[in-house]
Amino acid sequence: MHKQKIEEDSIVYKKLSKALGHYDYEEALFRGELTYIVKKEDLFSILRFLHDDDGLRLTYLSDLSGVDYLPREPRFEIVYHLYSITHKFSLRVKVKIADGESVPSVTSIWNGADWPERECYDMFGVTFDNHPDFRRIYLADDWEGFPMRKDYPLKGYKDEYNPFGEEKK
Amino acid sequence: MVEILNVEDNLDTKTITLSMGPQHPSAHGVLHLVLEMDGERVLSAKPDIGYLHRGTEKIAENLFYHQFTPYTDRLDYMSAMANNLAYVMGVEKILGIEVPERAKYIRVIVAELSRLASHLMGIGAWAVDLGALTIFLYAIREREMILDLFEMICGARLTLCYLRVGGVRYDATQQFIDKTREMINILPEKVDEYEQVLTGNRVWLARNKGVGIISAADAISLGMSGPNLRGSGVKWDIRKDNPYLVYDRFDFDVPVGETGDCFDRYTVRLAEIRESLKIITQALDGLPDGPFVVDDPEIVPPKKGFVYDNMENLIHHFKYVSDGFAVPEGEVFSTIEAPKGELGVYIVSDGSAKPHRLKLRVPSFMNLQCMDLICKDAYLADVITILSSLDPVFGECDK
Repeated sequence: MHKQKIEEDSIVYKKLSKALGHYDYEEALFRGELTYIVKKEDLFSILRFLHDDDGLRLTYLSDLSGVDYLPREPRFEIVYHLYSITHKFSLRVKVKIADGESVPSVTSIWNGADWPERECYDMFGVTFDNHPDFRRIYLADDWEGFPMRKDYPLKGYKDEYNPFGEEKK
Repeated sequence: MVEILNVEDNLDTKTITLSMGPQHPSAHGVLHLVLEMDGERVLSAKPDIGYLHRGTEKIAENLFYHQFTPYTDRLDYMSAMANNLAYVMGVEKILGIEVPERAKYIRVIVAELSRLASHLMGIGAWAVDLGALTIFLYAIREREMILDLFEMICGARLTLCYLRVGGVRYDATQQFIDKTREMINILPEKVDEYEQVLTGNRVWLARNKGVGIISAADAISLGMSGPNLRGSGVKWDIRKDNPYLVYDRFDFDVPVGETGDCFDRYTVRLAEIRESLKIITQALDGLPDGPFVVDDPEIVPPKKGFVYDNMENLIHHFKYVSDGFAVPEGEVFSTIEAPKGELGVYIVSDGSAKPHRLKLRVPSFMNLQCMDLICKDAYLADVITILSSLDPVFGECDK
């Protein structure tokens, strides 16, 4: 409907499956959007390949975000939305990680991953290795907890500034 | 005998850290820039954002899909229609529904109107930051016409909430169509007027030309989008390249700049105003008759008039308001070309009536990342120009 749909017989799909053949990954097609769920060890090299390959040229990082699937294990998913300005198609790459695990930073591939990774840490507490300036972005540096986690209460925790928050367990 | 002083040896300079904002008239809201200065020269500019963080995404997880639409108005409040559009299109994509033709045309018209409103405000505020108050007053005057149109179509002027999942809230009246045509006749000469005052103005040129240059490769790598990316010469416009709604039926150009300086971003915005007017004219000419919302009682409640005298409609309306509608399990990422750039919505649904996760990919956030890169070696006064040329809005950037 909006972006170019990827179907199982489209050229992009075939090209991708051929190129990523030797990696271990799962894939999903939903509403014309292709998703790859990759292993954490392969993540960086796959993203590097998708960025550099001339036939794909996914040089634009649209978005990077986290999703919390509590109580599922592993708990988090880090989602990369890539786009190719040259070939006009988009792709989603996901990696599953457990609480406390870290993922490699992709700032060396896309400079624009800097702030989204900081945001992801700020909201979910996921750490990114080799990030040039790793700290919170929206919230105060001394903020406790990570608000977008599913076990963080909507109104926050009760303290002197927040009388409507929940009691900390 | 007078000893000749060796300046290098005897005059020590030290760098100072200067906090610009968050309460600065040209900070376009609440940006706190931490500037490392060597005299007048900027060594580094680190934006400190988050002063307007309201946890919009967390709120979304606790609301029904239809309840979240008004919150999107508060993101980029200069162009609320575009935010509405990005959100409802995301929900429609995951629902797998197609809105009626008339709704699509009306959506194009209002989205382009909001682009006009946003660009007028952007250029006006930019001009007043550089001391040209006249243009600001002119732009606000013209923006008023567009806000009047919004008031005519939905009753609100700023936080519109006009689009709904499945279509639009009210039909476009003949009065709205006539007044929009009137506005289209007036605006081009007003834009000429801005160009007369600004484009050839020596002060405007001196402060914008060659200032804040960003190369196409850097802009892409940093995830910039919209007029800021096109100013650097990258011809990427989602309306053209991955058309949504009915943009593929209209004839319009995608203006691009050459060098990627502030002046290019200015000319791109002005040209986009003219292109938007072209799109609105074509959409008004082609506006078909028919329904303006989908015929699906699950998603669209009955009209208020029917609720008053029919028991079933009342129950239906009550159920819609209190239970919402379920959305199939899955995930979609839907993007539109908002006035500020690529505005995306990533929805993860677990099959219930509330999103499991709703991520907003906001253009101002990504665009601001380039501040450090392009402010390097600029003068302090140029920082104001650069910031205005990026046209960030903090309701959106801080979410």
